[in-house]
Amino acid sequence: MLNNQGRPTTPNAANTNARHTFTGNKALMIEEALSFETGRYDLTGVDLPAPKKVKSRLGKLKRKSEIGIPALSEPETMRHFVRLSQKNFGIDTGLFSLGSCTMKHNPRLNERMARLPGFADIHPLQPTSTVPGALELIDLLAHWLKTLTGMGAVAMSPKAGAHGELCGMMAIKAAIAAKGEGATRNVVLVPISAHGTNPATAALIGFSVKEIPADDDGTVHVDEVKKLLGPDVAAIMLTNPNTCGIFEKQIIEIAKAMHDAGAYFYCDGANYNAIAGKVRPGDLGIDAMHINLHKTFSTPHGGGGPGSGPVVLSERLAPYAPVPFVRMVGKKAVLIEDARKAGKGLKPFGRMTAFQGQMGMFVRALAYMLSHGADGIRQASEDAVLNANYIKAGLKDLLSLPFGDQPCMHEALFDDSWLKDTGITTLDFAKAMIDEGYHPMTMYFPLVVHGAMLVEPTESESKASLDLFIATLRDLAISAKKGDTERFTGAPYFAPRKRLDETRAARAPILKWSPPAPVAEAAE
Amino acid sequence: MTTKYTKDHEYIRIEGDLGVVGITDYAQQQLGDVVFVELPAKGKTVAKGAEAAVVESVKAASEIYAPVSGEVVEVNAALEGAPATVNEDSTGKGWFLKLKLSNKAELDGLMNESEYQAYLKTIS
Amino acid sequence: MRYLPLSTEDRRSMLATIGVKSIDDLFANVPAKALLKKPVDLPMHAGEMSVETTLGALAAKNRTAGSGPFFVGAGAYKHHVPATVDHLIQRSEFLTSYTPYQPEIAQGTTQYLFEFQTQVANLTGMDVANASMYDGSTGAGEAVLMAHRITRRKSAVLSGGLHPHYAEVIRGLSAMASDVVTTMPADVMANEDIIAQIDDTTSCVVVQNPDVFGNLRDLMPTSKACQKHGALLIAVFTEVVSLGLVESPGAMGADIVVGEGQSIGNSLNYGGPYIGLFACKQKYVRQMPGRLSGETVDAEGRRGFVLTLSTREQHIRRDKATSNICTNSGLCCLAFTIHMTLLGQKGLKHLAEINHANAVTLADMLDGVKGVEVLNETFFNEFTLRLKSDAASVVERMAKKGVLAGVPVSRLLPGDKSVANLLIVANTEVNTDADRAAFVKALKASV
Repeated sequence: MLNNQGRPTTPNAANTNARHTFTGNKALMIEEALSFETGRYDLTGVDLPAPKKVKSRLGKLKRKSEIGIPALSEPETMRHFVRLSQKNFGIDTGLFSLGSCTMKHNPRLNERMARLPGFADIHPLQPTSTVPGALELIDLLAHWLKTLTGMGAVAMSPKAGAHGELCGMMAIKAAIAAKGEGATRNVVLVPISAHGTNPATAALIGFSVKEIPADDDGTVHVDEVKKLLGPDVAAIMLTNPNTCGIFEKQIIEIAKAMHDAGAYFYCDGANYNAIAGKVRPGDLGIDAMHINLHKTFSTPHGGGGPGSGPVVLSERLAPYAPVPFVRMVGKKAVLIEDARKAGKGLKPFGRMTAFQGQMGMFVRALAYMLSHGADGIRQASEDAVLNANYIKAGLKDLLSLPFGDQPCMHEALFDDSWLKDTGITTLDFAKAMIDEGYHPMTMYFPLVVHGAMLVEPTESESKASLDLFIATLRDLAISAKKGDTERFTGAPYFAPRKRLDETRAARAPILKWSPPAPVAEAAE
Repeated sequence: MTTKYTKDHEYIRIEGDLGVVGITDYAQQQLGDVVFVELPAKGKTVAKGAEAAVVESVKAASEIYAPVSGEVVEVNAALEGAPATVNEDSTGKGWFLKLKLSNKAELDGLMNESEYQAYLKTIS
Repeated sequence: MRYLPLSTEDRRSMLATIGVKSIDDLFANVPAKALLKKPVDLPMHAGEMSVETTLGALAAKNRTAGSGPFFVGAGAYKHHVPATVDHLIQRSEFLTSYTPYQPEIAQGTTQYLFEFQTQVANLTGMDVANASMYDGSTGAGEAVLMAHRITRRKSAVLSGGLHPHYAEVIRGLSAMASDVVTTMPADVMANEDIIAQIDDTTSCVVVQNPDVFGNLRDLMPTSKACQKHGALLIAVFTEVVSLGLVESPGAMGADIVVGEGQSIGNSLNYGGPYIGLFACKQKYVRQMPGRLSGETVDAEGRRGFVLTLSTREQHIRRDKATSNICTNSGLCCLAFTIHMTLLGQKGLKHLAEINHANAVTLADMLDGVKGVEVLNETFFNEFTLRLKSDAASVVERMAKKGVLAGVPVSRLLPGDKSVANLLIVANTEVNTDADRAAFVKALKASV
């Protein structure tokens, strides 16, 4: 019998953008007010027992000023933050092409391990006799880092990459001072392509910065370094592979030139993920290099942190490593906290942070390293490089390569010369990628390239994922060249927010919520 | 009233003993939306070519150099609350500071209006 | 290898597409002698079960805070964290996102950072707070540098009540930059004359409240003295729960406030990751280190949040930046925000009251115990005991009896004989009457 209850199963085409909802919500995309607007000051979402009745020992310092933080109940809190989370793009959402940031898969085994009470629920100052496993873990991770990098020592306590840079440069400064050259060696050489943290770190501890120009192929030429060398130079800070995604082919010569001039070689290890297991920085002649555990060894980026930045050190710098550190005495791991009792020949320059470093990140990184093993770490680096070159090969006829068609490492760098005369900028192109469901590449960095687009797929992407990404970018590029500027200049169209007014935010900064001013009684 | 220009796109407009310093219309266009101007303290002495102020857009900070040597006798405090003035009227209300010139001869090394316009053509 | 999606065939066909014969052709820039021909000398890849066994064995060797009576504090504190917090911070979109450089697809992060900044500013009684530092100690180091920039002076005075590890971090940075630091001797009784140290060359004075020995310090007189000499008052705290009950540093005249936020939302983690709270007066915001999230509107006029005032930061200002900091404590910051949202001011005050009452209860129980003296007149949830003998040895003996008793001051100030017998003891909401009874019993048997 004929079904006369038929309902259309193919929706009519409609301009969804033109539809407005009462709430402003768009199905799964739900608007969420600030907790300060929806919370209540006389409510709490945590049930606590009644405090004991005691005589206050607060003296005259009992808080009289208002706190001003409202609460949400537990179900409201859950919805508030789940809805906020749904406005975020993560690695688990899709390909996160942000160059230099290494957005690789974050295995959940790492999370499970870091939450073992034996790691998460121990105090940095409880007797060391009660935490032998923690000390052994730090030593084991140190062993992996030293073996992978071919370096003699590692300072584990730095809290993030830039903190690791600071640690390495402080060790260099201490070593220079120990040689009696503290007053004269005060210049640090940094290529223009460097991360901003490099010059900022050098300046923070009183070095002045001299920039090294880049060669036509995007690398640093040893002759340019030699031109700047002199008795006033303390160190070079060089990223390798560099921020253009290219391995510095003269790195060994540069290291030798630095050492011959009595200076040190700091390597920014932000891109170590391209060469882990393939190249040991120790074989290149570097003196110090930080390792971003949140990049190379997959501890989660967490919307901006926390990171962890252990620094491997050469024999020349090892004596200056900061306290605290772990030393094996026989089979026992010992925590050294007192700089004056560090051991024979050791002169720690001080302390980077209150405690032993980012233990939670150590556990995650070690779980990742044990999972991969020596073979897997090597394979991961190779796959990261393979994936980046595959993207480059798939796009090089449409997008422009600033340094010619040479192999890249883990990331492919394009410039904006191919967009010339289209009226579309790198920023516009990036925003159109958002509409296509991708996290854009790094834009306008490194500074040596105009309108830079730095694409880092990482080893976590499958071939199918890369193929779709390449096809999407090709479609975008063709559409840009054809003059479909609206697709770009108005993008993103489908994100939770359209382009945000950053000028307004910076001109009159609103950095915290304030209660709305009472509405003046208007005369109707 | 004469106005002179530097290759870094600062202008200095001579008003008697004083020079009014700001950035050119070309410079404000290149910078994009100006969001903040950091001005020197009144009374500060600056040498020709030394950093005298900093102008910030959302994504960049640029140093403004003193076109000639002198003492800062006045700064445009109105920019603090209204940095957009630099975009709207860089050579008028968007001035940065007034210098009491210590060596008027330094002006001779700067470009005049037509030289600056010719210079702009070479760099664009 | 379970984390790698490429098959052998994928790799072969991709190399062909690229137009090279082998993977090592892509490593052509690497000097031949430095290119490793085989994996380094470490174990090969392992499955989940194997990794769990290895790490589980290491974890099992450690005595956890939750496994018995636990009174260790001095900069990190054992608190109860609601289950909601850990569930939410493990949401993929929070856990696996990056710094919100593309705000249109990062409103989750920029909005919670804005809420976090508001919570921290209100809690500390300050105008503005940033989106967090690595931890309290590194924040303290940055605060001193910030004060130097503002005052254009280079001399800091550190209270003898400041956590010695924080003082070490500050001294380390200052020594590198050739700045001057005066550290007051350990001030166990909170009676130092820090005002006498302030003069017209002083950039800043760093005072902790509650101090490392647990004492509460009125910052007002120091604040006034700082104002008189054009110096800044940097107020430090290591126990953020105290702000539920103790007057805010802002109300006592602090110019910059830094603190450790671990107590709210975060585990002990053997020292990290933690979360540095950093707040200041509005007029100093452009000298502040670290990220800031600010309110704005999108192209359709809808409210949104973006990272702002970035020209202070290293990625734009490079060697002229306010700091080299790049990473914040993102997820720890989120954990803090969620826990604080659940508590609200009412819950925080209640939590603080329990902490204080528990500490007072233990102090009262120790009153009259032979060979034990509570030194503090005032405290929040932590106080210092003077014992008759070496505190570190007492702690070891008590540990053998199942009680983790606290932090011997000698651990923080090695070599200072005057503090050898001092023990810092913390009490939070997790400590029960049975815990306290066990503490007193073990202490009596160990002194």
